[in-house]
Amino acid sequence: MPKRTDIKKILLIGSGPIVIGQACEFDYSGTQACKALREEGYEIVLVNSNPATIMTDPETADKTYIEPLSVEFLELIIEKERPDAILPTLGGQTGLNLAVELWEKGVLEKYKVEMLGAKYEVIKKAEDRKKFKQACLSIGLDLPKSSFAYTLKEAHESVKEIGFPCIIRSSFTLGGTGGSIVYSQDEFEAKAKLGIESSMISEILIEESIEGWKEYELEVMRDKKDNVVIVCSIENLDAMGVHTGDSITVAPAQTLTDREYQRMRDQSLALIREIGVETGGSNIQFAVHPKTGRMVVIEMNPRVSRSSALASKATGFPIAKFAAKLAVGYTLDEIQNDITRETPASFEPTIDYCVIKIPRFTFEKFPEAKDVLGVQMKSVGETMAIGRTFKEALQKGLRGLEIHHIGFDNKMDYRIVDDAKMMHRLREPNASRIFYMKYALQKGLGVEKVSEITRVDIWFVAQLQQLVDFEREIIAEFENTKMLSAKTIRKAKEWGFSDAQLAEIMGSGETEMRKLRKDMGIVATFKVVDTCAAEFEAYTPYFYSTYETEDEAILQNEKISRSKKGPRKKIMILGGGPNRIGQGIEFDYCCCHAAFALKERGFETIMVNSNPETVSTDYDTSDRLYFEPLTFEDVMNIMDVEKPDGVIVQFGGQTPLNLARRLQQAGVPIIGTSVDSIDVAENRERFSELLNKLKIAQPANATAITVEDAIVAASHVGYPVLVRPSYVLGGRAMRIVYDEETILTFIDEVADVSRGHPILIDKFIEDAMEVDVDAICDGREVFVAGIMEHIENAGIHSGDSACVLPPHTLSEEILTEIKDSTKRIALALNVIGLLNIQFAIKGDKVFVLEVNPRASRTVPFVSKAIGVPLAKMAARIMAGEKLADFPKLPDIDRLKQVAVKECVLPFSRFSGVDIILGPEMKSTGEVMGLAPTFGAAFAKSQVAANQALPKKGSVFISVHENDKRHIAFMAKRLQDLGFKIYATKGTAKVLRSSGVATVIVDKTGEGEHNILTLLEKNEINLIINTPSGKKSQSDMRRIRSASIRQAIPCITTLQGAWAAVHGIEASLKEGFTVESLQSYYSRS
Amino acid sequence: MKDAILFLEDGKIFRGTSLNTYGETAGEVVFNTALSGYQEVLTDPSYAGQIVVMTYPLIGNYGINAEDLESDKIHVKGFVVKEFCRTHSNYRATQSLIQYLDEHKIIGIEGVDTRALTRHLRLSGAMKGLISTTDFDPVSLKAKLAKVPSMEGADWVKEVAPKEPYVVAAVGPRKYKVVVVDCGIKRNILREMALLGIECHVVPPSMSAEDILARKADGLFLSSGPGDPAAVTYVIETVRRLIGKLPIFGICLGNQMIGLALGGRTYKLKFGHHGINHPVKDLESGRISITSQNHGFCVDINSLDKNEVEVIHVNLNDKSVEGLRHKKHPLFSIQYHPEACPGPNDAKYLFGKFTDMMDQHKK
Repeated sequence: MPKRTDIKKILLIGSGPIVIGQACEFDYSGTQACKALREEGYEIVLVNSNPATIMTDPETADKTYIEPLSVEFLELIIEKERPDAILPTLGGQTGLNLAVELWEKGVLEKYKVEMLGAKYEVIKKAEDRKKFKQACLSIGLDLPKSSFAYTLKEAHESVKEIGFPCIIRSSFTLGGTGGSIVYSQDEFEAKAKLGIESSMISEILIEESIEGWKEYELEVMRDKKDNVVIVCSIENLDAMGVHTGDSITVAPAQTLTDREYQRMRDQSLALIREIGVETGGSNIQFAVHPKTGRMVVIEMNPRVSRSSALASKATGFPIAKFAAKLAVGYTLDEIQNDITRETPASFEPTIDYCVIKIPRFTFEKFPEAKDVLGVQMKSVGETMAIGRTFKEALQKGLRGLEIHHIGFDNKMDYRIVDDAKMMHRLREPNASRIFYMKYALQKGLGVEKVSEITRVDIWFVAQLQQLVDFEREIIAEFENTKMLSAKTIRKAKEWGFSDAQLAEIMGSGETEMRKLRKDMGIVATFKVVDTCAAEFEAYTPYFYSTYETEDEAILQNEKISRSKKGPRKKIMILGGGPNRIGQGIEFDYCCCHAAFALKERGFETIMVNSNPETVSTDYDTSDRLYFEPLTFEDVMNIMDVEKPDGVIVQFGGQTPLNLARRLQQAGVPIIGTSVDSIDVAENRERFSELLNKLKIAQPANATAITVEDAIVAASHVGYPVLVRPSYVLGGRAMRIVYDEETILTFIDEVADVSRGHPILIDKFIEDAMEVDVDAICDGREVFVAGIMEHIENAGIHSGDSACVLPPHTLSEEILTEIKDSTKRIALALNVIGLLNIQFAIKGDKVFVLEVNPRASRTVPFVSKAIGVPLAKMAARIMAGEKLADFPKLPDIDRLKQVAVKECVLPFSRFSGVDIILGPEMKSTGEVMGLAPTFGAAFAKSQVAANQALPKKGSVFISVHENDKRHIAFMAKRLQDLGFKIYATKGTAKVLRSSGVATVIVDKTGEGEHNILTLLEKNEINLIINTPSGKKSQSDMRRIRSASIRQAIPCITTLQGAWAAVHGIEASLKEGFTVESLQSYYSRS
Repeated sequence: MKDAILFLEDGKIFRGTSLNTYGETAGEVVFNTALSGYQEVLTDPSYAGQIVVMTYPLIGNYGINAEDLESDKIHVKGFVVKEFCRTHSNYRATQSLIQYLDEHKIIGIEGVDTRALTRHLRLSGAMKGLISTTDFDPVSLKAKLAKVPSMEGADWVKEVAPKEPYVVAAVGPRKYKVVVVDCGIKRNILREMALLGIECHVVPPSMSAEDILARKADGLFLSSGPGDPAAVTYVIETVRRLIGKLPIFGICLGNQMIGLALGGRTYKLKFGHHGINHPVKDLESGRISITSQNHGFCVDINSLDKNEVEVIHVNLNDKSVEGLRHKKHPLFSIQYHPEACPGPNDAKYLFGKFTDMMDQHKK
């Protein structure tokens, strides 16, 4: 069936900011879809509010709208662009939900926009649990016992039949928000209520608990002619009860016989047909009872998902790309498998390795939250590892996680692990359970017992036991012979032991271990991911390391050398590994850009990364892809085979930077800013020396290695101080401290995170404005690309604060000083590539807070705001070009548009965590608001961040003593705009005296005018609450957590409040317009 | 556990370690790309005379159970994997794969770079190989291997076929009576037919056309089986005499023998099709099935009279013939395995086509 010619223009909706449960996998899928559809000649209109995506690059689509993902804005875009069709299945749950809403509100009908891939009824049938259940039953599929409820009364009746434990799931949410396991009647009501409230349609499903069953997932694809294939099967290591996104998962399924697997496959085929997903990918989850084999269907997503990204990376089969082609009418047999080039896509990939995905958590950022795992997803990223055996893949995965584990290692000596604690950690799923399983096996608990307690299938536990036993053998051999034999080392490497693990046993260093094994001829070999287990020749160089006899990377390189063209110059780009708070999609974006730019310039690009969600690990992005952990050992193994002419460590965030020094010492040709310059910026003493020489001011500061030194240093510098470890990203363990008493409470944590590097102590400048600058330097010239004025004052991590570009309150003089300092610092550090500087401005004084001679989190934002691809430029400069070689750059002081960046915070995932911002970054993602004025851009950014400012209603104000004077004017403006003002007593007094009619409400207690009651009744539309003294903290905390539950925007800084007032004013007076990036750029 | 060697006809050597059965074994080395289904593979009589390499590296994970055997014994000559599982997990498992191989005295070796081996077979073609745990001398291994007969021209059917006829009852009332020529049949073929109400009168391949006709069956089924189809001249002759006399359906070797009986030729594929992910298009419906495949030989369509025979199924990977139909007589055959086991059930409908054909013929 050829492609459709009756449609020309297709609208694609992205998934918006990175949040828990929806990360860069949808940038990967959306970007693939754009490329695939444009290849077919369709005009693509793309909408996404997230500037850090490749899909929002102006080259990816024909029309790119960085606009909020809401029905209001989408209608404006549809009205303007008049697309023929919308493809809702590639933008995650957000894209799907929006398409549903657009249909329900009649927008699609009004503008005659056809839904491709999955029609409205299909989405409903798959997503609406009641319809889904009926569909399953009608084709004879088994399900857990269940019942729906819309009210608490109904919920109580249903649970009588189902019994405990049961699961509550709410319909139409993402990542399992509002879902929970309930063990007893006591906790039932509260959890049922939360579920009903989280659902877009106030619906919950109460279900028989199948906790502890084995969990599986199948990735299914269907075309218009009803051909269906299974792309991949996945088995979870963690049993049912832990959200799949938080589970360690393995592909392919390991413990299903062919008969059981085929039954699952048959059911998947029947289900995708019954639900009626016309074309594209879906995933279907199953649970299997470990003792009886009873198999039940859990759920289905009628769209590409996080798992389909994983399945694509695990098999080499590009699900999203094919889904896009199927949506416009192609059938599977008409699409070619790019990897083999000779076989069609209408087959089922088979693999000859084992793939493991391990989630990455960030509980350390939320100390009040327990690191317990359940049905609600909490992980912020993941790493994938490929090995020839499960054991190898697991160890590679654990070291690739970058949480300071060097494999399935011994962070603690099992002999000192407390038995009771261990049993508890085994029983209750948590982020470090896999290591407690090791302690338990080391203590001799046995495979069966550990499997029984953890409900992790015996197959997995037995694999862990093999590792434990073998490690013991290695230790014994070394104790007996003071050496390890080549045979033992080879087996250890085959089983995934890192050089560092072996070095630990031998009491030597990683580098020595590496040399020892290489001298023994034990070297990593690289194999190809080819979708077909070597049955056909593969043309796409996508590699993983293992310890075998044949190295296909070497074979391919030899082939290139023999070819007519011969080899090109090679540049290797080190990626950022798993996403985490502070290091995510922005860095992957930069790595991709480096690959794109250098490919264009004729280099052979080599990407190294371990994050399956990303565009960088798409085999199309670079010339050669190595899916490997970002450790010294793994990178050096690739170096040995590829011998690149240059290696880029600047773009992948802190991960590759932390390797830079050792790589350089090992002879790796690092290009761009020198490792020494990076050190000058990171090393406090050298940095101060440099600034003194340049006569650029910085806050008083000191460094300390020990806790005692730190306390002395802090009093020297003078409180308040900003305390932090060196060499970390995202403000990890960073705090503002006002007194010695407080510093004592957490200095150990800082020292721990710092890992032997100095603890940094800076004078904290109160009430200062913060400014971020991104610039490019070629060693001779500097291009200051973006000056971003933070909305919040200094003291809040730059990743968590909103900012505006161009700056709107800074004077000419200050801007000139900032530019001048930036240039002088860049040249003094001899920066080749990107540079980011943070300034604090107090009055007319400018201080440098920190300098990062690398890609920063704001590079994509600035690039989109000014229309210049900074990361591409930087990569080319690192490869030898000069700024003068580029076409004329825009004058950043004369931009036609205002761009506001707003962050998105994950507080709703971590119950009990306060939402106050500080120097430790907590946001997971960002959005961009683009408009002709600051007010409108800010208002758009708030809509995009899912905290739309109200246009009418009531505002509750309660502010810190110092803020009261400033707030009165804002309250007045709000009142003039038609808002009713509520305030606590103290604030109200100030407001009233300034002529603002204010209703006084109590913070706590009973009564009608209790703020909590008002919030529950949805009578408040906006909260302005700046934190005050410790005493009232707890009251305010309740208010803030209520605001999260009720999804009421809550502003916690005075500057944020100002911006909000501007935003509200703009949205009331100017209204909103939409404009594509292409159109903005053509004007400026 | 002992050191083991896999020595190939072209001199290439792969090393590994054996399980608990030692000695030597030889056969044609082929690779199978299925992720699941090793138990069915081991017991499929079509693998007689072959050493099977599994491309999936972790084998034995779910043990061995009583229900998924495709015959009463292991037919492979040797089994080559990356890693055998030590602790299996599945609620139906009754023993481990290692125990099962040991019990049947089959040499299994692990620790082999099976991907390199697979690539070698893909590039150089399936070839003879010898596994040894005792002799590591290439010269002597080469000499031993030279004495092993080649797969081409070898009649392996007589090694696996039954000596006596037997009957498999229909599930439920008998609707059809079919003579099944067992050249090395898989149990699931009989199960699938029985489920459709077919009473299977299974006969040895040596049975004559007259004896078959004398059974007054509604149809004739030709089973899958091992070796070179061209060597099974006695069955080919029988089929030739029965074409047009009763509805005929054949699978795999059955398909090849039918091709030969129709006057065609068969040829050896470079490394065969052994896996459960092959896309096959049914040219009548346009539908694609993901199929279970296990064959080293293929019918050459150009050798057949186009006025009499047409291709009804084609492999989308290499465009090879996957099914034939006679234009005048009630006869069709399929090169792959609609009975699955292991593999997808997408093509089960073909058994229904067989009963349809018998229904039409009855009218």
